[in-house]
Amino acid sequence: MGKTIIEKIISNHAEKDVKPGDIVWMHVDVVSARDFGGPNVIKNYKRYYGDTPVVAPDSTYFTFDLSTPAKSIKYATAQHLCRQFAYKHGIRVFDVDAGIGTHVLMEHGILKPGMVSTGTDSHFNILGAIGVLGQGMGDVDITYIFRKKRTWFRVPETVKVKVKGMPEKYTEPKDVVLYILKRFKTSFALGKSLEMYGEYIKNLDMAGRITIASMVTEMGGIVAFLEYGENFKDEFSKFTGVPPGELIESDSDAEYSDEVEIDITSLPPQIARPGAPWDVVDVKELKGVKVDSVFVGSCTNGRERDMETFGSILKMNKVKERVMVRVKPATRKVYEYMLDTGLISHIFKAGGIVINPGCGGCAQGHEGLTGEGEVQVSTSNRNFPGKQGRGKTYLASPLMAAISSITGEILPPEEVL
Amino acid sequence: MILKGRVFLVERDGRLIPDIDTDQIYHNAYLHITDMEEMGKYAFSNLEGFKDFSKTSHDGEILVVGSNFGAGSSRQHAVDCFKALSIKGIIGISFGAIYWRNAINNGLAVMKCPELQSYLDRGLLKNRMEVEVDLENGVVKIENKEVIKCIPLSKVEIEILEKGGLLELGR
Repeated sequence: MGKTIIEKIISNHAEKDVKPGDIVWMHVDVVSARDFGGPNVIKNYKRYYGDTPVVAPDSTYFTFDLSTPAKSIKYATAQHLCRQFAYKHGIRVFDVDAGIGTHVLMEHGILKPGMVSTGTDSHFNILGAIGVLGQGMGDVDITYIFRKKRTWFRVPETVKVKVKGMPEKYTEPKDVVLYILKRFKTSFALGKSLEMYGEYIKNLDMAGRITIASMVTEMGGIVAFLEYGENFKDEFSKFTGVPPGELIESDSDAEYSDEVEIDITSLPPQIARPGAPWDVVDVKELKGVKVDSVFVGSCTNGRERDMETFGSILKMNKVKERVMVRVKPATRKVYEYMLDTGLISHIFKAGGIVINPGCGGCAQGHEGLTGEGEVQVSTSNRNFPGKQGRGKTYLASPLMAAISSITGEILPPEEVL
Repeated sequence: MILKGRVFLVERDGRLIPDIDTDQIYHNAYLHITDMEEMGKYAFSNLEGFKDFSKTSHDGEILVVGSNFGAGSSRQHAVDCFKALSIKGIIGISFGAIYWRNAINNGLAVMKCPELQSYLDRGLLKNRMEVEVDLENGVVKIENKEVIKCIPLSKVEIEILEKGGLLELGR
């Protein structure tokens, strides 16, 4: 019987044929720890293994992206503890200037399709965007991987998702993934691997693939693999600087636990209401809601194209009075792009600010939290109560974030642009 | 791998309590505690009817729990507090996924036994009864008589438990 993508990747890394439900040891190609979780990994490591060298320093990384640069003594100390451990063991550190760990690992050509990678970030499955089985894990698991370069894993079942049709002109990948969350919440993806197919999916650029893959975390899924289109090899090489190598695809007789179809024909822009990322409605239903602040960034919408979409609208407009706009590129590379193309200047002159690269807008320790009573439109991925501060956070695309920046309201794009 | 011990039923009016989340097992007010021995004091201290759980000895006991045990956060305290009390293992109708992984990683034996409730209902499994838990074969023997069919653990999980946890296995 044929295999799905995840079954093939795990079989390759367990050195035996696996099927859903099997629990196996799986080799991990690349492991990382952040400034969040990293200090506990080091504490565990020293306690159990003392000075024993880390087994594969060349494919072990620290990535600082939570508090960058450190905004409290606690984080400054945590980061320096990681640095000292890393330098002693010959591990590379992507320091506070680098950006979001998962993005940095992809950009540097460290990861290739078919690999397995783990880290202390619950959005590690974002790596599905480039065909990598990425998994966020706790500090005990990551410590063991530092030591042994393997982890134990239950082979999940796979759900086939067919995305049908093409959306409206102003509808972005963020709107599509919010719509998928609205339709299914966590019902079909919980504990499963997803494979997504369709014209729309396979023609996405890298930024779009990343947006969709990142929100599988909110669906409760293990990872999502997106159909490779003709443009994938070019997109990958442009993004990482290296060729992708062989692409793993599912067998024609692979077995799926479920098949679902999602029709996005003429889908208009979507927005998630405060409280849950799956409480999603058409933007026009919230027409006229007043907005105090806007955040653009996060692992979901922090790429060059996201910044381009947002910045090109701000270039010709001014940020509405009394609206606060913060923009946080995902990585140093995105920041450089914004510098070279003038996007930073456009956003700045329109009345927004561009802050340093990294994670943002979704946990304490990040920039871009909201105060009690504040209404925010954010391109991030989570808006559970308290997650982005005390205010009310709507989740939307960079295009919708731009609309709210220049009008101070939630409005359908066709009424503004 | 076989565990022997007396059972402690986490039940209310004869029903194994479902959906006990990690906040009921180990409340977030005590997350700052890092000493494992001290964590024992707060086991179930936020579960209605079990506030005095840690005041009596549970040395060598096997906990019997309901469905979706340990749902919620990923805190390892919710596993360590039972280890601190020298509880040998937990058999339950089902477990939260993260709790299950934390338990194995920290060397606390767990096993899924979907039919547990019916043994309580028929009076075949009562508090303090002696049981033998066979993790490899997925079987619980009650006082050497009744046998409950459970879901066996994988070889990998048993390998980790036998060493006393994932980090011990890395030594």
